[in-house]
Amino acid sequence: MEKLFKTVSFMSATLVMILLASIFISLFNSAKPAIEEFGFGFIAGKEWGVEVPIENPVSTVVATTAEKKVEVKPAENDNSLESMLGGGNDDIPMRTIFGGFIPIVGTLLSTLIAMAFALPIAMGIAVFLAEIAPKQISNVVGIAIELLAAIPSIIFGMWGLFYFAPIVQSFVGGYQVSLLTAGLVLGVMILPFMAAITRDSMRTTPDVLKESAYALGATKFEVIKDIIFPYSKAGIIGSVILALGRALGETMAVAFLIGSVFSLPSSINSPTVSIPVAMANSFGEATGMKTSALFYLAFLLFIISFAVISIAKFYFLRKDK
Amino acid sequence: MKKLALLAPLAALMVTTSSLSAADFKGSGASFPYSVYQAWIGSYHKATGTQIDYISKGSSAGIKDMKARAVDFAGTDAPLNPKELAEAKLYQFPGVVGAITMSYNIPNAKKLQLSRAAIADIALGKVAYWDDKVITAANKGMKLPHEKITFVHRADGSGTTFNFTYYLSVISPEWKTSFGVQKELNWPGDHHVGGKGNTGVAAQIKQTPYSIGYVDYADAKENNLAMATVENKEGKFVAPTLKAFQAAAAKADLDPKKDFFAAIADPKGKDVYPIVAATFVLVPVEAKEMDKKVTAFYEWSYKHGDADASKLGFVPLPNELTKKIETYWAEKGIK
Repeated sequence: MEKLFKTVSFMSATLVMILLASIFISLFNSAKPAIEEFGFGFIAGKEWGVEVPIENPVSTVVATTAEKKVEVKPAENDNSLESMLGGGNDDIPMRTIFGGFIPIVGTLLSTLIAMAFALPIAMGIAVFLAEIAPKQISNVVGIAIELLAAIPSIIFGMWGLFYFAPIVQSFVGGYQVSLLTAGLVLGVMILPFMAAITRDSMRTTPDVLKESAYALGATKFEVIKDIIFPYSKAGIIGSVILALGRALGETMAVAFLIGSVFSLPSSINSPTVSIPVAMANSFGEATGMKTSALFYLAFLLFIISFAVISIAKFYFLRKDK
Repeated sequence: MKKLALLAPLAALMVTTSSLSAADFKGSGASFPYSVYQAWIGSYHKATGTQIDYISKGSSAGIKDMKARAVDFAGTDAPLNPKELAEAKLYQFPGVVGAITMSYNIPNAKKLQLSRAAIADIALGKVAYWDDKVITAANKGMKLPHEKITFVHRADGSGTTFNFTYYLSVISPEWKTSFGVQKELNWPGDHHVGGKGNTGVAAQIKQTPYSIGYVDYADAKENNLAMATVENKEGKFVAPTLKAFQAAAAKADLDPKKDFFAAIADPKGKDVYPIVAATFVLVPVEAKEMDKKVTAFYEWSYKHGDADASKLGFVPLPNELTKKIETYWAEKGIK
């Protein structure tokens, strides 16, 4: 029995590592054509799916003369589908370039808005539930928060689109679906995770510690600030990391709310796009280099999530020691 | 040994689930005709007891599935040309015709008329305000507000976008040279926004005053959107109605010799509504017996599916065309 238990738990742990490694490898392999084509410039590239002539002076000259010949034919008669696929300039050799700057910025900004909105509220809820509210109220509110966490993201998307977006617009103007709307709904979505986990870890503070502080004359605020927060720090940071991971990768709700326009948001209330949304929108119909570019984005998201979470973890937990 | 014992129930579960999918044949692909295919599949099941499974994944995914022979038939909004068909060893025929509306939201503007130039300029992002000359010229006697136009388009790759951009390419040489026909693109202009799926586009038009966008007829009707009357090839303004779609479908030039490879938007004729689109079905060359089952389903649907189609805002194929398709099947030995 002991041995079986040990084997099973070991297998579960290895499985995660194997999965993580194989996802990493398969993402990298699928992204390889795009990585070779665009290199690191992909990260700073602001053009997505834009056709540019191939920089090759000789072939361009040939192509321009060829194009002139074609133009003798009146363009209006040539309505066959084939002549129109992928733009009319078939005679100039073109290549499509992809750059991930806009979705990367969109992902980071929407996550930032979500965290800025959700973090203080989640901490407030947790303190209230763990320390201030009477038991009955604390139980009811606690259940409500856990229910909020169980709502599927598509529901948040539809609710955001039909009810929340007009409200946001009436306050700040601009577009209904925008970076701000997406960020705020994302905030609502990650709120329950942070609140519930933070509350639970605050509750693990030993009563002895709190009582000693009170005995020394500390006020409630001082107890929360100096005893409970430091004691439950690891749990709080864990909740923030979980929430960050969810916010970075959330797809469905954001796809309905961010506007899905490949341009840098000129203000907080204009539409843009994020990495998961770009993938959800384009993946079904993508072929060739585009598929590869989408995998490159996925690969970058993987790295971004990994980096953000490790920085959060190492930075905060090291300071603690 | 212990490890194997642990895996056994898992393996058993996988075997049972795979034998559970009892569909007689299955397809995947285009989402544009999904609602009407689903209705036909239901009626066909009632009439013959045949189970068909059609998954709406998008045209490109359907084509990929078909090429890998993972499905028995595939739906696609963008037809494959005869060369691609020959390479992938596929046959192709049209399934149903649908229409795309220019749906808009201008408070107190009931009967918007859009000329060809106006539609092209709106899509190109060249006209910023509703009271621009290019729009007002076709709307004498109607006061259009000096408000910014918000153009709403599909954010996800879609057959609706494919067919709408084909239509734009036909009516606007500028569109043709700069964008052409695409399933997904970066729209020009600086006041536009993307919606996810036809539902997303419809919802945004409904909620955003002074917006306009292209939505398939079925979704526009369901959401009670105001639909513009559109100028056709002969300069007549035609409202989006089933009758006008049928007139357009009757004029559609689909040639069995080219495996029906064509887009049908903007046909000639006085009463035709111009933004119509056919959606296609692919079947593999080698699986003749299975293809016969697929074509039997479509033959039945062409004959008995008119009511289902019209109710959902689709247009049953005209008799002339279904005859051509049946001859095509007979020629290929899949009827």
